[in-house]
Amino acid sequence: MKKTTYLLMAVISALFVLSWILKAGSLSGETDNYVIQGFLITFSAFLTLSVLSFLYADNPLYKFAEHLFVGVSAAFWMCMGFWTTIVQNLIPRLSDGLSSFFEVPPQPGDYNFFFFIPVILGILLLMRLSPKGGWISRWPLAFIIGTTAGLNFVRYLRSDFIKQISNTFVPLLGTEWQGIGHFFSNLDLSASGQLVTMAANWVIFLGVFCGLIYFYFSKEHKGAFGAASKVGIWVLMLTFGASFGYTVMGRISLLVGRITFLFRDWLEIIS
Amino acid sequence: MKRQIPLMLVLVFGMFLIFQYFIPHETSEKAYEFLLDWITIIGIFAMALAIWSLFRVTVAKVRTRKENWGYSIFTLVGLFSMMIFGWTAPNGEGWGWYFIFVLSVLMAIGMLVQTMSVKSGRGLWAGLMFVFLIIAVLIGIFDNAWSFHFMSAEPLENPMFRSFFDFVLMPILATTFSLLAFFIASAAYRAFRARNLLATLLLVSALIVMLRFNPYLTPIFGDYMARTSNWLMNVPNLAAQRAIVMGVGLGIVATALKVILGIERGYMGKG
Repeated sequence: MKKTTYLLMAVISALFVLSWILKAGSLSGETDNYVIQGFLITFSAFLTLSVLSFLYADNPLYKFAEHLFVGVSAAFWMCMGFWTTIVQNLIPRLSDGLSSFFEVPPQPGDYNFFFFIPVILGILLLMRLSPKGGWISRWPLAFIIGTTAGLNFVRYLRSDFIKQISNTFVPLLGTEWQGIGHFFSNLDLSASGQLVTMAANWVIFLGVFCGLIYFYFSKEHKGAFGAASKVGIWVLMLTFGASFGYTVMGRISLLVGRITFLFRDWLEIIS
Repeated sequence: MKRQIPLMLVLVFGMFLIFQYFIPHETSEKAYEFLLDWITIIGIFAMALAIWSLFRVTVAKVRTRKENWGYSIFTLVGLFSMMIFGWTAPNGEGWGWYFIFVLSVLMAIGMLVQTMSVKSGRGLWAGLMFVFLIIAVLIGIFDNAWSFHFMSAEPLENPMFRSFFDFVLMPILATTFSLLAFFIASAAYRAFRARNLLATLLLVSALIVMLRFNPYLTPIFGDYMARTSNWLMNVPNLAAQRAIVMGVGLGIVATALKVILGIERGYMGKG
């Protein structure tokens, strides 16, 4: 490493320790664990700034945060999986004795012999670590793949296909005629007036229809087909723009959250 | 045996899940719930496999001194710290020698990796490893301020386990996602130049959605911007999303069928 890198590391470490001391000092009146709390807030701010430093270029601080995240998140989900799934869901179903050993209150009717099967399959999955018996791990994998494929087949056929088609067939000419005055009332975009609802239904029906035509590539997009495809791409562009705006707003709100943390919780500049 | 049984398992369980939907019987629904629970339980075993894989890859990177190997140490530190926090908990208000114990365990693991890495002077590193290990064991036996928990879910309430989630995991995750706001903004600059009708549609709908909560525009447009944005999200956006979702749904269904019928076998790997 270069001399400047060492110097930079030393400055950052000194700033970290200084911030820790100051933060712990400001928390001393509020909590008993002010040293730990001060460290955690300073460390959190340091990690936030480390990740933000990626905006300049990939650098050691970003790499540090990235690698730490991998380790911490892997262990976090492992522990959560162990305590919530294995201990709280599986153990009471395997045996009453195990349940009392793990101090999990057994529920009446919890015990079920069939729950030994996923345990056996899970152990077979670990056979992947064995150089010779690795192929056995394909069995539990096949079980997961088969079950998920069957589940997705029905689920997506229902929700992403049949339901979407049935919801697209909306009343295009309104439901019941209540006079011209009522028809032209409530013309606001957010209102539920008859004309507005009808226009929205037309946009939805034509939008879906033309959007699907745009994605149909087995026929050349010419003539009426081409015109419908053109309307389809207009609707798609509106959607992409709206989705883009929505995503940006979501990310900006996350950024605001982090900036608020830095200025309020760490630096205490804003209240 | 190596390939036929997995293919058969996929076919049987996939078909069962598909036909189960058409049999609205209590037994069939019970079997469906069983299978869902089984997948979750096997998933935890898969997670253990993933953790082992992460550990092996990280240690190998440190041992062979690959590029950026130094950062892998932080992955191991994060992994083992969180694991210790996930299986220990303080017994009262104080922490006792808890942090010294955590540090000793981390140092012992570090020394073990170093012993495996170096070609000369292994005895020194191994000796140091035993020293740290003995310190950790002694603290574990004699310190009553905290204890190990392998049976009751008290570690989930361990302040350090929760703090690492709040002050390490979440800041990195939120900041990484918020970074995308900057990258999206720079991408938007290139994509949103109103060069033609399609780009203009994209620009206008994105601007309407992004500016709907802008407090400076409310005196000028009132809530018109919010209403237009809602209409955009609920009508044209819905139409195009529906067209996309139908295509995606059909794709998923086709893939699921290919997997169940054994046409798609990529999940089995080679051999």
